[in-house]
Amino acid sequence: MADQPTAIERFINGILPENPVYRQLLGMCPTLAVTNGMKPAITMACAVAFVLLCANVVTSLIRDLLKPHLRIVVFTLTIATFVTIADRFLAAYFFQMSKTLGPYIPLIIVNCIIIARCEVCASKQPVLVAASDAVGQSIGYGLALVSIAAIREILGTGELFGLQILPVSWPDWVIMVLPPGAFITLGLMLGLVNWIDMKKNGNLK
Amino acid sequence: MPEIINSIDSTEKTGPVIHVTTSPHILEKGAGTRRTMLDVIIALIPVMAASVYLFRSYAVKQIVICTLSCLSAEVIFIRMRGKSITINDFSAAVTGIILALSLPPSMPWFVGVIAGFAAIGLGKIIYGGLGMNIFNPAMVGRAFVIIAFTGILGADAYSNLSGVADAVSGATPLTALKYSGIHTALSNMFWGNIPGSLGETSVIASVIGGLYLIYRKAASLEIPACIIATIAIIAGLVDLSCGHSGIFFYHHLFGGATMFGAFFIATDPVTSPLTFKGKLCFAVGVGFLTMIMRMYSGYPESFMFAILLMNAVTPLINRWFIPTPFGGK
Repeated sequence: MADQPTAIERFINGILPENPVYRQLLGMCPTLAVTNGMKPAITMACAVAFVLLCANVVTSLIRDLLKPHLRIVVFTLTIATFVTIADRFLAAYFFQMSKTLGPYIPLIIVNCIIIARCEVCASKQPVLVAASDAVGQSIGYGLALVSIAAIREILGTGELFGLQILPVSWPDWVIMVLPPGAFITLGLMLGLVNWIDMKKNGNLK
Repeated sequence: MPEIINSIDSTEKTGPVIHVTTSPHILEKGAGTRRTMLDVIIALIPVMAASVYLFRSYAVKQIVICTLSCLSAEVIFIRMRGKSITINDFSAAVTGIILALSLPPSMPWFVGVIAGFAAIGLGKIIYGGLGMNIFNPAMVGRAFVIIAFTGILGADAYSNLSGVADAVSGATPLTALKYSGIHTALSNMFWGNIPGSLGETSVIASVIGGLYLIYRKAASLEIPACIIATIAIIAGLVDLSCGHSGIFFYHHLFGGATMFGAFFIATDPVTSPLTFKGKLCFAVGVGFLTMIMRMYSGYPESFMFAILLMNAVTPLINRWFIPTPFGGK
């Protein structure tokens, strides 16, 4: 397995070059659903980071025991265990946030980012690489959520983290905190990322 | 539909201009986007005149702001895409005027600017420019600001006017009928002497402009006729079964955006189906959804949402009603 990326490569790739949201287009559903404010977005990013790190480490530890035809089941069960922990933790200590996020924490179980990382990296590489991969991907996911949430919360309410940052006379663009705002912002951000990428590679006419 | 397929191919090289015209194509010299758009502007003159007469400076201000913002949005976004400027086909100006006429009279200037940029940017350029857009750009702009600024564009935008006749300042006929049971006289609705969005109040102005459009073949007769018929049938049935003695019927037929929308918004050649059967299907859908949403949704007037929803299924309608060539199976 000489051609597998090293731990540092995995870490860096996860942040921007293979950003889960902007480059791999994974985990779109929570990305659209929880980015109407910075607080839910960051909570979501932390929950995904916790689940991803634990699932990657466990999968990597048991990678030699995996049977090819059963591996997806094992991944899903591993992920479900940690999602349940995260869900119950939030419900116990951040009850209001747990209500706000609603079903999106349990839905991390079927979040493609985590299954993809288990499949691509953790089931083939040692623990250290898997862990650094998980951290890199989590940072990338967090950055994507925060960038979308910042735009939506500032335009939609004039606030950031619930603090007024634009003048009070700012007319709230209510549409931005509603579902259409999520689709518009995500689409424009994807376009922007692709545009920057094309410009960097000199593919722009 | 060979013409259309060819035009889409050729846009790869020449830019996003698609000419969808009715046959025979040889009949008129210079008939193209530009001529069609000019016809739309000419047809909009009676509507603009009526709105300026009724709403005075509100109408002038709104039309200028929306048209200018649509034109500048077109220039900026087209330049960002690195395409040649298409501003002189007047399509952005038409979008701006229709957008202005579909908005309430009184609102802050930035709402018009945002609506214009949303209309051109999110409604048109993002899909690749004129001919590629799925949704009617003016309605995208209007929907954006109506949802974004629910407070500013609420009832106050219609009733808080000064310097105009009292008759045009107040709750729109559909709102008044739905929430307070007050009805408006039929003659006032016919001439436009009622509160409402700038261009929608005068039935007679919309009909004159619309008939010119149909005469010039810039719009097809099927769509407006069928929308109005559908709304008339549904409103008539509801009226008869609930015993409103005609009031419900004529409010829905002449009030709101029925006439203006049927003639000017639904007939957009880019976002409505191409075949006769497809147009009928589209128009029945618009009329049906408008009436359903007027009666059961939180909005007293829902023509805009009906148009946007039917725009979304227009590609599907086009696929359903592909005409079979003579001798084909």
